[in-house]
Amino acid sequence: MSELPLLSLVIWLPIIGGSLVLLTANKGEQWVKWLSLLIAVLTFIASIPLYTEFQIATAGMQFVEHMAWIPTFQVAYYLGVDGISMPLILLTTFMTILVVMAGWEVIQYKNHQYMAAFLIMEGLMVGVFSALDAVLFYVFWEGMLIPMFLIIGIWGGPNRVYATIKFFLYTFLGSVLMLVALIYMYLKANSFAILDFHTLPLSLSEQTFIFLAFLLAFAVKVPMWPVHTWLPDAHVEAPTGGSVILAAIMLKIGGYGFLRFSLPIAPDASNELDWLMITLSLVAVVYIGFVALVQQDMKKLIAYSSIAHMGFVTLGFFLVFAIQDNTGSIQGAALGIQGGMMQMISHGFISGALFLCVGVLYDRVHSRQIQDYGGVANTMPVFAAFMVLFAMSNAGLPGTSGFVGEFMVILSAFQANFWFAFLAASTLILGAAYTLWMVRRVIYGAVANDNVAQLQEVNFRETIILTVLAVMVLLLGLWPAPLIDVMTPSIDLLLEHIAKTKL
Amino acid sequence: MKSVYLTLVLAPLLGAVIAGLFGKKIGRTLSHSVTILGVAVSCSLSVWVLSQFIADPGKVDNFTIYHWLVSEGIDFQIGFLVDSLTVLMITVVTFVSLMVHIYTIGYMQDDPGYQRFFSYIALFTFSMLMLVMANNFLQLFFGWEAVGLVSYLLIGFWFQRDSAVYANLKAFLVNRVGDFGFLLGIAAIFMFTHSLDYQDVFAQAPQLALETIDIIPGNSWDLMTVICLLLFVGAMGKSAQVPLHVWLPDSMEGPTPISALIHAATMVTAGIFMVARMSPLFEWSETALAVVLMIGTITSISMGLVGIVQTDIKRVVAYSTLSQLGYMTVALGVSAYAVAIFHLMTHAFFKALLFLGAGSVIIAMHHEQDMRKMGGLKKYLPITYWTTFIGSLALIGFPFFSGFFSKDSIIEAVAVSNIWGAEFAYMMVLLGVFVTAFYTFRMFYLVFHGPERMDHHTKAHLHESPLVVTIPLILLAIFSVLAGLVIEPLLFGEYFATAITVKPEHNVLQNLEFHSIIEFVWHGMLQPPFALAMAGWFLAWFLYMKRPEEAERNKQKLSIFYNILAKKYGFDEFNAWVFAGGARGIGQLLWKLGDAKLIDGWIVNGSARLVACFSGLLRHIQTGYLYHYAFAMILGLMFLLLQIWYIAPAP
Repeated sequence: MSELPLLSLVIWLPIIGGSLVLLTANKGEQWVKWLSLLIAVLTFIASIPLYTEFQIATAGMQFVEHMAWIPTFQVAYYLGVDGISMPLILLTTFMTILVVMAGWEVIQYKNHQYMAAFLIMEGLMVGVFSALDAVLFYVFWEGMLIPMFLIIGIWGGPNRVYATIKFFLYTFLGSVLMLVALIYMYLKANSFAILDFHTLPLSLSEQTFIFLAFLLAFAVKVPMWPVHTWLPDAHVEAPTGGSVILAAIMLKIGGYGFLRFSLPIAPDASNELDWLMITLSLVAVVYIGFVALVQQDMKKLIAYSSIAHMGFVTLGFFLVFAIQDNTGSIQGAALGIQGGMMQMISHGFISGALFLCVGVLYDRVHSRQIQDYGGVANTMPVFAAFMVLFAMSNAGLPGTSGFVGEFMVILSAFQANFWFAFLAASTLILGAAYTLWMVRRVIYGAVANDNVAQLQEVNFRETIILTVLAVMVLLLGLWPAPLIDVMTPSIDLLLEHIAKTKL
Repeated sequence: MKSVYLTLVLAPLLGAVIAGLFGKKIGRTLSHSVTILGVAVSCSLSVWVLSQFIADPGKVDNFTIYHWLVSEGIDFQIGFLVDSLTVLMITVVTFVSLMVHIYTIGYMQDDPGYQRFFSYIALFTFSMLMLVMANNFLQLFFGWEAVGLVSYLLIGFWFQRDSAVYANLKAFLVNRVGDFGFLLGIAAIFMFTHSLDYQDVFAQAPQLALETIDIIPGNSWDLMTVICLLLFVGAMGKSAQVPLHVWLPDSMEGPTPISALIHAATMVTAGIFMVARMSPLFEWSETALAVVLMIGTITSISMGLVGIVQTDIKRVVAYSTLSQLGYMTVALGVSAYAVAIFHLMTHAFFKALLFLGAGSVIIAMHHEQDMRKMGGLKKYLPITYWTTFIGSLALIGFPFFSGFFSKDSIIEAVAVSNIWGAEFAYMMVLLGVFVTAFYTFRMFYLVFHGPERMDHHTKAHLHESPLVVTIPLILLAIFSVLAGLVIEPLLFGEYFATAITVKPEHNVLQNLEFHSIIEFVWHGMLQPPFALAMAGWFLAWFLYMKRPEEAERNKQKLSIFYNILAKKYGFDEFNAWVFAGGARGIGQLLWKLGDAKLIDGWIVNGSARLVACFSGLLRHIQTGYLYHYAFAMILGLMFLLLQIWYIAPAP
């Protein structure tokens, strides 16, 4: 591996590039678009070596960069990735290209700022996934809120102010306690390095407080029931690109947090409180599944579906202790965590694709209400084929990526408790019901009204975006091994670590 | 051999992809040619492979194609297990599929979705092959859901029709209920064997049979029973057993060729195949077998009865299919797996024939499916008439026709079985023979004989279907007659010896005597089933040919029973009200009460209001008016002064 600081490149290229885009307002629309696309593509290209040069056998951190930043407080500019964070970074750089393309013709108002916000956010999100210093992590974590806040607040729908405030307060409230926990651990460890926190001895009550502080931060992000109500509002008001990034990447940061912070830092508290996590996850799957069924707004429906799907992520992550109690070994736990990771990546593609599909319809008809559609397949057959494919993968059809994570988590959950698997598997019915019922009402049937009759088939740009996503969804569904293989050593290391008590 | 099997599986997929993605560009002829070519390749390779297995039935080919993923050292793979059972299945599937492909050229010729249709049926063939050739549960589940997907797409093929897209959603969801159980069964197997590979799992079956599982804390249940029942829930969905049968009649909304291929001959038999494939597991749980037997019995008789009152030609055949699937399930329940597969095969031929025959009638009638508007079609559609007649004889189990051998074997097997409920099952399957003969010939007479009830316009255009339609009918008719002749190797020979496991104490087939086909037929003609079939046929002739007014009069007289059957026992209403309505009700409740009122209304906006309220109070003392502040200062000063004056002790 060359000495090129790859991670820094992937973080700062879009941030600096995005700032550059901000300055090109007077150069005209074309300029802004192509420059943004160029930056997004370059960033993606820069991130490819993270996968190709990745040492699969290594469980620890790779591509490490370490520099002193605020020496007085041992704060460092400390970056690195392992098998858990690397796939998420690639997901981020990949989806950003599609989002830039999705905003291509649609965003007319302040379009340089729109593009810049997404590029800057990309860099910040990559920063969150690669930061190994707690302060650096926190800076990226909070920084990331600002562009999203602006995206919803400026380019959002009519009720955007309520949605942005709700989004901001919810997530901000969650993260304040996390900051307290980070500072507390700094005082004990005299270091802000996250890896030092992992090995920091902590009593059960300390762990419990830290766990709960993190829980609030991450649960809001995921989001877990009952702190999920910001998400449907945010999605409904956000422009298409905002929804895509929100669903595809931002939610994953919560899941990532559990693996990077909660589990390794507070394994004993995780053990004590795993019932809470499992309960909340299953509530998310079942309760939210029912709620999704009755939604009238397509974006709300997909938003609720996201919450239910993220329930699988948190369920998979916290099965390890229950499996240990039930069978006496942690055999089967890795399957759960891999399944949760798989679900995160897959959900990134699927929810992104579904939001883009809704965007395609919204751009033409300017409505997200299911009742305003019907018989879209008559006028947009190609689009209908894509939509059915993504709906099927959302319903977890084998052969698509949506199946892989759910399958792994259900197999793993069965080893913990029959009823965990039973409730989790109810998504087979509920997920199919809410997704396909929407498809039935929107895509199938006779042409419902004039708007539908005048629909234009997806254009070249939209076809490219949807095709790329369709390929990813099928590829991961038919052959998940390349993705599972890169994460396995890191997950094994994590399991080994959390199976040992800190007390 | 690996490349042969791969070609066999992938050829239809290739056809499907070409016709699906480029159908509009390459046009109709090329689209159907490429898919038919793909399936023809599969079919001929299947026949070639079958010939090898006939020579050596004990052969087992087990290959890994690729590793789907590896976790904790457990290999989740895609691979093929080909043994005598698989080979029989792939031959039946590819043959019927080929017939249906050819038939479709005629049936769908005016349809704008022609290429799409060919793409779907070729994709179906691929999925079905993946299902039956799987060597592990993962791939089985993949094929299982993939055929469900194609079924969904094809039932809703005419997506402009509201009834079609209602039916396809219903079919998918009901199948998902089955898959829910199926997946849990797979998870249970995985937990206890740490493998999804058939051969690994089957090898561990004896140990599994000793395990128990606590599903409700404190109650230990026999693990094998739990596994088998969960797997069987999957089979109930796919093979449409009561109470998960509700989707199959509605699936008739799809074009007729797929009713023949998917909803009669192949996909719906996947559940039967799966249980036979899992015979090494089911053999260890008599409880599970008894449940299988009971469900099969109920399905066979109750659905046959509903078939009597149907007026839509396709729905009669659909209820007949449900009833026959019940027969196959009964055979599974008495451990006569080989008989179930035998009936599956004969049924695939004669039921595909009956459906395609019905389709031929429907084309001639300009897509009229109501039998009350038909009649006397014999002279207009001679080939359809004779082939349907052959199919009907096979279905009612007329001697020397294929259905005779397979159905008689089922009844005989039930008769000698001593599993719980076998006596009841025996009575019911006997009664079912009568019912089958009655509804079959009721349909036959209503359609082909008697007065011509169609309107003049339709009548003027009546003519026999083109060759692409009639040739498949003739070929299927030939097999409907001849397929029964393989009874000896299949049931009493060594053909299934390695593929199907039967414990000696469950082995009903060894209690049956078989010397030769002639003797089997002769013996069968002296048994009650033959008499019952003849009675059913006679009754149908009497009521619909001899005295048509009697049929109507009896309908009035027996109106209670008629209404129960016409309402199909009320399953649809019950499901629509309890499950569909209930789920929406729960959803509304959780959304409006849980999310909107409790979480958002009280907690989120409530805390916002609390902050607003509190700050509202505080705001009153920060008015910005100088005189308010001055006043407050004076008050404070006076308070302090008073305090010093009165309370403070003098210095």
